[in-house]
Amino acid sequence: MPHVAIADQTSELHDPRSFITKYIWSQDHKVIAIQYALTAIGVGLIALVLSAMMRLQLGFPDTFDFITPNAYLQFVTMHGMIMVVYLLTALLLGGFGNYLIPLMIGARDMVFPYLNMLSYWTYLLSVLILLASFFVPGGPTGAGWTLYPPQAILPGTPGVDAGIVLMLVSLAVFIIAFTMGGLNYVTTVLQARTHGMTLMRMPLSLWGIFTATVLGLLAFPALLVSAIMMALDKLIGTSFFMPAIVSLGEQLDYTGGSPILFQHLFWFFGHPEVYIVALPAFGMVSDVLAVHARKNIFGYRMMVWAIVIIGFLSFIVWAHHMYVSGMNPVFGYFFATTTLIIAVPTAIKVYNWVLTLWRGNIHLTVPMLFAIGFIFTFTHGGLTGLFLGNVVVDLPLSDTYFVVAHFHMVMGVSPIMVLFAAIYHWFPLVTGKRLHDGLGKLHFWITFLGTYAIYLPMHYLGFLGVPRRYFALGSTDFIPESAQTLNASITVSAIVVGLAQLIFIFNLIWTLRKAKPCSPNPWGAASLEWQTPNVPPRHGNWGQKLPTVYRWAYDYSVPGITSDFIPQNISEDAVIRDAETSGDVDDHSDKGSHT
Amino acid sequence: MAIGKPSHSSNPQPAMHSLVADWSADKQTFDVPWGKLMMWIFLLSDTFIFSIFLTGYMNVRMSTTDTWPNPSEVFALEIAGTHLPLILIAIMTFVLITSSGTMAMAVNFGYQGNKKRTVQFMLATALLGAAFVGMQAFEWTKLISEGVRPWGNPMGAAQFGSSFFMITGFHGLHVSIGVLYLAIVAIKVARGDYERSGYQIVEITGLYWHFVDLVWVFIFALFYLW
Repeated sequence: MPHVAIADQTSELHDPRSFITKYIWSQDHKVIAIQYALTAIGVGLIALVLSAMMRLQLGFPDTFDFITPNAYLQFVTMHGMIMVVYLLTALLLGGFGNYLIPLMIGARDMVFPYLNMLSYWTYLLSVLILLASFFVPGGPTGAGWTLYPPQAILPGTPGVDAGIVLMLVSLAVFIIAFTMGGLNYVTTVLQARTHGMTLMRMPLSLWGIFTATVLGLLAFPALLVSAIMMALDKLIGTSFFMPAIVSLGEQLDYTGGSPILFQHLFWFFGHPEVYIVALPAFGMVSDVLAVHARKNIFGYRMMVWAIVIIGFLSFIVWAHHMYVSGMNPVFGYFFATTTLIIAVPTAIKVYNWVLTLWRGNIHLTVPMLFAIGFIFTFTHGGLTGLFLGNVVVDLPLSDTYFVVAHFHMVMGVSPIMVLFAAIYHWFPLVTGKRLHDGLGKLHFWITFLGTYAIYLPMHYLGFLGVPRRYFALGSTDFIPESAQTLNASITVSAIVVGLAQLIFIFNLIWTLRKAKPCSPNPWGAASLEWQTPNVPPRHGNWGQKLPTVYRWAYDYSVPGITSDFIPQNISEDAVIRDAETSGDVDDHSDKGSHT
Repeated sequence: MAIGKPSHSSNPQPAMHSLVADWSADKQTFDVPWGKLMMWIFLLSDTFIFSIFLTGYMNVRMSTTDTWPNPSEVFALEIAGTHLPLILIAIMTFVLITSSGTMAMAVNFGYQGNKKRTVQFMLATALLGAAFVGMQAFEWTKLISEGVRPWGNPMGAAQFGSSFFMITGFHGLHVSIGVLYLAIVAIKVARGDYERSGYQIVEITGLYWHFVDLVWVFIFALFYLW
């Protein structure tokens, strides 16, 4: 190997000694992952509180004086942007991507650890810039997370002075951070795999994270460019997105720009962004399901290709967010078609998850509950996506609560279900301790049932025609008064679900402080990340010698084998077989060793 | 690359076959250093940035209601009493394309282990790049003195100035970063930092530099010639 570097090094890495080099300026992918995760969860909690504020206003209008119409719009905007970009993207790729990639491929670290460290600190900077907008005059922007011009940068929208500028700067900084991390993830997966770890032996988590990172590297440029162009429009008066316009009775200097251009650019980023969040979730849930059902994932190759095809298709569906924007209706025909086509690989994945459970030895552990919960929420969210993908059905439903319910089910609740599944699943690897089961189950049932209590009625509100993003409905002829009762019930459910997350946080703290260490591989998982010499893995992950991989990550319940799973780094000769059936195992034993 | 896998040169295989072999290998998918692959992926991402800049420019050129200024006239110079359309841009393009040639020479000498020549050609490349940025500064100054601003200009559509300053500015930033990058790597080559680890870094720098040149060709064609 001519290109020896940290991930390939033959000797063990020495642990950094001081607190600062170990936990603050760390180049260890595991520490960086935890830094990413804690920051993302922290900022996500802020977004959770913002959503509770919104719900309080909607459920009980005229009750809370501090929620002004401007503040409401700001809460909507910041909730959306934080959840999509700063929580989900950062936690799934920066957090789980960082933690799992080197461990799952059998590397000592990312290929460029220093760049990886810079990625986190740049991400933190972007979060701080974003949060700073709460404290500037005028507050954060209230343009909605889509930031559509012209209104995003014109007077009348809250946060039009500093808020929108900070938002755009923060996004640009985030994209720089993501690019530094993303280049690392892709290069590491392609080039730093250990002996025997072919691409088609990688766990599906890695395929999801890898494909999502590629999507991010190709989709975030559109957001970067539109942020630059909008900042120029706002700060020095160019007219990229601004047509000739009269604002507050005054003819502005803008002329000849194209607001639709922004929508195209935004959604060219925005739609792949949905899959940047969804694909890692798809991957991780596949692994959780296989481990806890003690069964190989059904149709592994099909699952890999489905991820890759979804990733490709996600770049040619963006304008289905724009059926009512005034673009040429012919485009609607094309984008409706591609949107429905993308449902095919997605449906294949859902079938394969269900078939993985079929006749499996299902252990209803907490991660498994969340993973099964995901199949429900994702199916529901996906089916309403088919409604909205059709132009004629989308037109009346656009900008109603049906849309809100749809995307919260499909890319809010579903990835978060997987995130919880993943946290409960990999927590013993990260900390050496298992989260409390009873508390976990309580957390699951409140969260799972609660999300249905929140979002099922929202679909109905959408059918009634209740518009989204309105501060208050007032008295409207076409909306019956009972809609308000429904809104109040949604709010109560939302508060309950929000508070239930305290159980989770309590569980984290309690487990870290009080729980006893568990066994190194408590779920009996076959994939490589659980086979490190130390659990939690130390700096450099693999001790003196890198592991060699002999099989795929899904050898569970292989007939004729004493143990009910075979770790990836166990060779054919080392597998312990049942004495009486050793004659006929050869038919099965090479199942996992295909390339 | 899998151990024992026949190399491409000694045992030519059908292209499809070797592609499959690369992608199904363990360890490495591409037989290139990590840094080089990372640069390729970065450039792919950067390609999207420039494509979107250019798409945005073409879109506002269609959406604007005013007439688009004629670039041949805007970028014309009077030299010795002769009216020469696009003459400065032609020289800039020539300089930048030439710098790609010197960069390729530097890579060549790098792999030959000829430290002195490598450094010379890298510095020549950086110098040509700096000359390009200098001419761009001249061009900006001329346009600004003629009243072209990002928010409007006397010749026609306001988006002409906006797109011009944004796209050439972003490209000029890339060239400037490239000049710095070249200078730093050249100094490190001269110091002998890469004697042991090899001169791949020169090629990686070269990839970036050729990319910046290639992007200029598209800007030249789509902004100046159209």
